[in-house]
Amino acid sequence: MQKQIIENHLSINRRKFLTRMSLGLGSVALGSLLIPDLFSGSPEDDAASFMAGVPHFAPRAKRVIYLFQNGAPSQLESFDFKPRLREMEGMDLPASVRMGQRLTGMSSDQAHFPLAGSLFDFKQYGKSQAWVSDLFPHTAKIVDDICIIKTMFTEAINHDPALTFFQTGAQQGNLPSFGSWMSYGLGSENKNLPAFCVLLSRGKGNGQGVYSKLWSNGFLDSIYQGVQFSSGDNPVLYLNDHNGIDKQSRRKMLDKLAELNDLSYKEFGDPEISTKIKQYEMAYRMQTAVPDITDVSKEPDDIVKMYGPDCLLPGTYAANCLLARKLSENGVRFVQLYHQGWDQHANLPKEMPGQAMDVDQASAALVTDLKQRGLLDETLVIWGGEFGRTNYSQGKLTKDNYGRDHHPRCFSIWMAGGGIKPGIVYGETDDFGYNIVRDPVHVHDFHATCLHLLGLNHEKLTFKSQGRRYRLTDTSGKVVDRIIA
Amino acid sequence: MVRVTCFPYSTILAMRKIVLLLLLSVSAAVFLIQSCHNGSGTANGRPGGAISYNFDVRPILADKCYACHGPDANKRKAGLRLDIRDEAYKALKDNPNAHALVPGDPFHSELYLRVSSKDTSEMMPPPSSNLSLTPDQISTLKQWISQGAKYEKHWAFAVPKQSPLPDVNNKNWSRNEIDYFILNKLEQKGLEPNEEADRERLLKRICLDITGLPPSIELMDKFLNDTSSQAYEKTVDDLLKSPAYGEKMAVHWMDLSRYADSHGYQDDNYRSQWPWRDWVIHAFNENMPYDRFVTWQLAGDLLPNPTKEQLLATGFNRNHKITEEGGAIDEEYRVEYVTDRTNTFGRAFIGVTLECAHCHDHKYDPFSQREYYQMFAFFNNVQERGLEATVGGPETYAKKPLMQISNDDVKGVLNFINKQDTNKLIVSVMGDSNKVRPTYILKRGQYDSHGDSVEPGTPKAILPFGDYPKNRLGLAEWLFDKRNPLTARVFVNQIWQELFGRGIVKTASNFGIQGELPSNPELLDWLAVDFINHHWDIKWLVKKIMMSATYRQSAVISPEKLKADPENIFLSRGPRFRLPAEFIRDLVLCSSGLLVKTIGGPSVKIYQPAGLWESSTSGRGILTTYKQDHGEKLYRRGLYTFIKRTLPPPSMILFDASNRDQCEVKRSNTNTPLQALVMLNDPTVLEASRVLAVKLMIESVPTADKIAKAFRTIVCRKASVKEMKILEDYYEDQVNGFTGKKENAEKLLSAGEHPMNEKVDEVSAAAMMQVITTIYNLEETITKS
Repeated sequence: MQKQIIENHLSINRRKFLTRMSLGLGSVALGSLLIPDLFSGSPEDDAASFMAGVPHFAPRAKRVIYLFQNGAPSQLESFDFKPRLREMEGMDLPASVRMGQRLTGMSSDQAHFPLAGSLFDFKQYGKSQAWVSDLFPHTAKIVDDICIIKTMFTEAINHDPALTFFQTGAQQGNLPSFGSWMSYGLGSENKNLPAFCVLLSRGKGNGQGVYSKLWSNGFLDSIYQGVQFSSGDNPVLYLNDHNGIDKQSRRKMLDKLAELNDLSYKEFGDPEISTKIKQYEMAYRMQTAVPDITDVSKEPDDIVKMYGPDCLLPGTYAANCLLARKLSENGVRFVQLYHQGWDQHANLPKEMPGQAMDVDQASAALVTDLKQRGLLDETLVIWGGEFGRTNYSQGKLTKDNYGRDHHPRCFSIWMAGGGIKPGIVYGETDDFGYNIVRDPVHVHDFHATCLHLLGLNHEKLTFKSQGRRYRLTDTSGKVVDRIIA
Repeated sequence: MVRVTCFPYSTILAMRKIVLLLLLSVSAAVFLIQSCHNGSGTANGRPGGAISYNFDVRPILADKCYACHGPDANKRKAGLRLDIRDEAYKALKDNPNAHALVPGDPFHSELYLRVSSKDTSEMMPPPSSNLSLTPDQISTLKQWISQGAKYEKHWAFAVPKQSPLPDVNNKNWSRNEIDYFILNKLEQKGLEPNEEADRERLLKRICLDITGLPPSIELMDKFLNDTSSQAYEKTVDDLLKSPAYGEKMAVHWMDLSRYADSHGYQDDNYRSQWPWRDWVIHAFNENMPYDRFVTWQLAGDLLPNPTKEQLLATGFNRNHKITEEGGAIDEEYRVEYVTDRTNTFGRAFIGVTLECAHCHDHKYDPFSQREYYQMFAFFNNVQERGLEATVGGPETYAKKPLMQISNDDVKGVLNFINKQDTNKLIVSVMGDSNKVRPTYILKRGQYDSHGDSVEPGTPKAILPFGDYPKNRLGLAEWLFDKRNPLTARVFVNQIWQELFGRGIVKTASNFGIQGELPSNPELLDWLAVDFINHHWDIKWLVKKIMMSATYRQSAVISPEKLKADPENIFLSRGPRFRLPAEFIRDLVLCSSGLLVKTIGGPSVKIYQPAGLWESSTSGRGILTTYKQDHGEKLYRRGLYTFIKRTLPPPSMILFDASNRDQCEVKRSNTNTPLQALVMLNDPTVLEASRVLAVKLMIESVPTADKIAKAFRTIVCRKASVKEMKILEDYYEDQVNGFTGKKENAEKLLSAGEHPMNEKVDEVSAAAMMQVITTIYNLEETITKS
């Protein structure tokens, strides 16, 4: 009954608005954000919402889910198996291997750099026979669906610049994030949801902060900003009405507001006023649509089992993975997760199993879930941190304990779906897990490849700000053809 | 420009002939198209069809050609440079018989031949650059060459001169000089100015522009009843004397100076820099002349026997982010801070993007990488460290060099600081080392990649440094040298932008070649020169603009004007735009009577959705959890809202407030659904609605009068009959709705922490609260119009 009343109001409003809008919709491009079905009859809306949405060539992927492992998980305990380190356990890192690589202020004063092998065993899995450590049993089961890149490298050596580099293409500065570039380049697929959503979670391991600059629109219009979602009761900031206000009451207020604003429009003729009326209607639509999409309580048992019981606990990584699938399935272009706690400078053998446990099952479930829904082909899933970790122990190396400092020269990430070649391991590092021997992938190359899969030429996706044309890949970046299916 | 090819020259000549024939037909067609465009017989609106290098040609060359044929020596192709006349006129390096430009002769000018070529191996810009010229642009270049290919100095690098007031047909409209320049342009465009805004709107406009606060009902009555011809000017003068003026002006300056209450970077712990902000408010209220205001901030520590106030002012250059990340490499971050200061100086004071020359010669503006590091050298001598300490106690809330502010200081020379306790208070300020730290060109901008060493200096193209002392004080003197072409223009433009929402130069932080051209260059120059002649008097400048007829116009947009000038570039109507985040908050608090008008002091933590800081923190420092303030601190003006850089307050950020990461000279102004959600559900708005509703409910006047008063207090004008009808109906409807659902009324009235001491009928109070929330959500409420 109530629904009917609302629908009725909507349809009355739709007519009213279309009449008003015909007076001139205004110059504000609504871009990616929240164009409701309410207005689907108006061609102007479509023009505005899909303004920037022209891929440069046929895309392989339509959407991205980026599972960022914030703090930098060790490649040596996950995907880059180095038996040599165990053989040389405790011996000093040879200078011929280090080759003057700069060190962070945390280990630069160490007298020795004792090599530390992984305390965790590795086995080979799947047709690809990829090595995966025992900490990631679920990921091990999907190795034939993913592409493990062992040769990522970066220029930054500390968290803030390294994370900023991965997310914005530059170590410093207030530049647009990857997700903002994408919503700028491709617009929105769903008119009820933002094109770029951000989800945060935290493990028990040593943590490094995240910061809203990472999902900032930089110099792009703020409609391209990432919108922080959460899996709790208040999925979007300020979405919930105050106690005592129900839907009907809200609808009534918005009707009065529209009437009053319309008087203003008649007086001033400012298109911003009609846009404002429209934005209130969008907000209203969002209040209905978002809780529906973010509600995980109706997910069937087999899905809950697949992601693990944590997926019903708001704010966990597993819950965020499930929410990411739902958002992505509903057309959100870019879902960015951050999971904190991967900074194992010390106590790595104690902390890393917990971190891996947090993310392993749900990450693998996400890939499998997308696959069984037929969505993996068009969804690019990325798993990885901002740099790697040193092959020597930071601080004291004992039989059952060690830590690892930051290492920018090589580290492992994996990608799946969206045109990525499945079941391959790309690149090779030396026996020490310190330097890249073959097929390096720079952060700019990684971005160029992702954009390529999305149908965007990274050299053409530019925006002019303060007189300079900016790109996500700055002035370099090469598409890594050999990981593309 | 010049081909690099293996063809024998004779073959090329033969090819050229064919191309030339083709071109003749193409360009004839282009010319026809062009003449249709310029039916009035003027080229680009300039009388006599003259092409201006600065306004017509250089924008094309800069945008499309300079990347390879501009100031950057490292990226220059074929040795050709088009930004300097003599270089462009020279015989081509690879082909001494040809010239890029032959004045008067486009068909012997390689530039024209190549840009108009359809041959992909010949054409410029080359297809691989992803750049191309429009037929109009090609035609403009051709006409320019035909007219002699004359070069001019970039407009912004020539010293501004006051030109005589232009002639206007309408002799009655202008109130001061500004109006002659505006009207002249309007008449050229065939536009007429709007009428003066009605008095209620006008009062709201000047109150918001000068104080950032809406007028009180008493002031509205006073202004409406004062029919004297001086009423407007008198009100402007009174408002300029209000201490709220300094608070209003400080917001822009806090953006520009990237002020925040945390150190930034990932740990982002607390910093106690707010006394510097108190000084800014004080300085604006004292109407400190702009030259002194900036000199103290740049070099207060280098003045002879500096006072504590002069020292505090230098906090400006320490507002940048400072890392506390363990393991950060000291020199890497120290260089980052110096870079930030250098870039901020460029954007904020001289409106140029120096940062583009950080890694290489500037690609568009005539600044070399060497000159960048010469500027850098001024800021490179600070006794500071990249990583002074990781997250720690109160001793880390400011970084060396720092000053301590004692309780005696606050009673004496620093009496404008609102220090509320006896705790130790430290602020980061500037302080140079006696021994000069050598400055090197950093190759590719990398901190550990030293090139040649350089001495402090300034870009020659702007103004050579001359004999000023080679330190920040000398730099300040250079900045305010009367021959400096940029300083006054840049600041005048920033004030214009504050008042009109858009600068005369739209790119307020870029007056360089890639910046936008001024919409009214003669006006900008007139104002800049007059500002200097008035001894950099900021209040004078604000008042001058406000007294103009241009500023006082109504903001009504006719469909014709919307079509002719959608962005209101030529100002045939008054400014109309959504208020900045801080002033939305101020308006809500002030109109509800909640505003606590205390000036200065530590920043306050307002209502904010739960869990934001907690979900993103590294877990170190005192800002890991959000401890919201209570009582009076909840009702302070927007500029005192606590800014944690890594997670600034969402209610402000959603309204485009700066995240204070870097110097920001212009905010964007968006209109989004998330803003609607803030206005509908932010406890600040709901609490204000509730408090005002309750206040009105205990007045013994008819309901209609209560609604009328609420409307007038919030929108700053009397409601129309139609508006009253809608709101009264809504009130009745809400009373009906809450009757029988008293629990809903009670829940609604629980919004916010402000105590409710009065006994009121919940149903009618809740209904009134809904009416008031609706009024707060009106587009006009949060709009300056």
